[in-house]
Amino acid sequence: MQTPPFDLVFAFAPYRLSGTVYGVAVGHGALLDELGQAAHAPPYRAPPKSVVLYVKPSNTFARPGDEIEAMADGTSLIVGAALAVVIGSAACRVTEHDALGHVAGYAVAADFTAPVLQHYRPQVRAKARDRSLALSTPVAAAAVGDAGDLAVRVAIDGHAAHRTTTGGTTRSIARLVSEVSDFITLAPGDLLLAGVAPGAPHAGPGAAVRIDIDAVGSLHVRIASASAPPESLSGLRT
Amino acid sequence: MKRARVAYAGAIHHATPGPSPDRVRLADGRLVGERDVVWLPPFEVGTVIALGLNYADHAKELAFSAQEEPLVFLKTASTLVGHRGTTRRPADVTFMHYECELAVVIGAPGRHIDRADAMAHVAGYTVANDYAIRDYLENWHRPNLRVKNRDGATAIGPWLVDAADIGAPPELALSTSINGTVVQRGNTRDLVFDIPRLVEYLSNFMTLSTGDVILTGTPEGVRDVAVGDEVVCEIEGLGRLVNTIVDDAAFGREAP
Repeated sequence: MQTPPFDLVFAFAPYRLSGTVYGVAVGHGALLDELGQAAHAPPYRAPPKSVVLYVKPSNTFARPGDEIEAMADGTSLIVGAALAVVIGSAACRVTEHDALGHVAGYAVAADFTAPVLQHYRPQVRAKARDRSLALSTPVAAAAVGDAGDLAVRVAIDGHAAHRTTTGGTTRSIARLVSEVSDFITLAPGDLLLAGVAPGAPHAGPGAAVRIDIDAVGSLHVRIASASAPPESLSGLRT
Repeated sequence: MKRARVAYAGAIHHATPGPSPDRVRLADGRLVGERDVVWLPPFEVGTVIALGLNYADHAKELAFSAQEEPLVFLKTASTLVGHRGTTRRPADVTFMHYECELAVVIGAPGRHIDRADAMAHVAGYTVANDYAIRDYLENWHRPNLRVKNRDGATAIGPWLVDAADIGAPPELALSTSINGTVVQRGNTRDLVFDIPRLVEYLSNFMTLSTGDVILTGTPEGVRDVAVGDEVVCEIEGLGRLVNTIVDDAAFGREAP
């Protein structure tokens, strides 16, 4: 069995996470506005019609107290503040109307990405880095209410770095869950990161990052100093 | 050694080949018919890492030029299905194709693995059939998950074969047949990025863990499949992975 990510347990069903995490990419209208005609030119040729997802594999989970792995060359990381949607019950082909009934709760996610310049190919090298995803303890959906337009604040080393909301997405949370569930059966404890707003700040080695989402929580995480040696498991080599 | 995981009589079992191809031996000693078990993915699957365009002939077939960097995408648990599983073809699509692939299973975990050391981190191999539906391709994070991470659209198995039983690097003939007619042929010696280079590339940014699996891509010869087709992906020395294409009705979906 996979280890539950983040070693998080929480006080409502499904009580723990499954270890499967999807993130929404190119999910904000403002990003497409920024791209402008480029979204219609090669290699894209047209704006996305279906939801664009990426996967955060289990090596990316930063457990409480872990530092985010810095780029070896000291390059800053993109601080992706996202609302994490916790799936509560199996969801296959759910309608938009029923979708929120499959959402158990929400958490604050900090999804760190190496700088990327393109959206054409999956960004695995940028997004699947060890310890690049931190998460706050989930809060029950009923305690949050409408999560579609909550204030999101990012601070780096104590200074306000980005202020946005959970809104501005191409799809509502209900539509997102509904659309994904047409081709992926979502399981209890799966996470959907509902998208990082354009204008996400960058943070370098040693930075202290704080993300607050109203009604959901607060997440504090530090990026390791670049001088830290890379994690080595070489002793396990045969 | 070949190992499988099967469900039989209310439990999940480790299994090995029986005295004849039609039987498997459960770890508890029972010999059972291979049609009487439910074949599961042959190991506890961790992160699934898949390659696109990793055979020069297939890249040419799809009109792509050679890459500087492997084209990598990730898959999740809901897409996996074992040997003799079924995969749904939506009624509204015009081009859904199989992809027979060598699956490389990680044993010893590692990070920053040098290509010279990579094979020591490989536990074994199995066969994968990484279906794609080209109708759903879009040029954003291509191949997008709607194409490549569909429920039950990544078949894997039947056996996990120890790396020690296969030469290194593996130079194995692979083929796909539909209803008994061979439609795809290749050899794993023709990988653009070979196993040591893939392990080195991936472990440069991510820890590879026991049970992680790399689907190394498919050669040329992809064709459309139809409901009712029996699709068999076979790799020399590893086994035959059988999958059957079913329609929407099998999943309680009415025609659109």
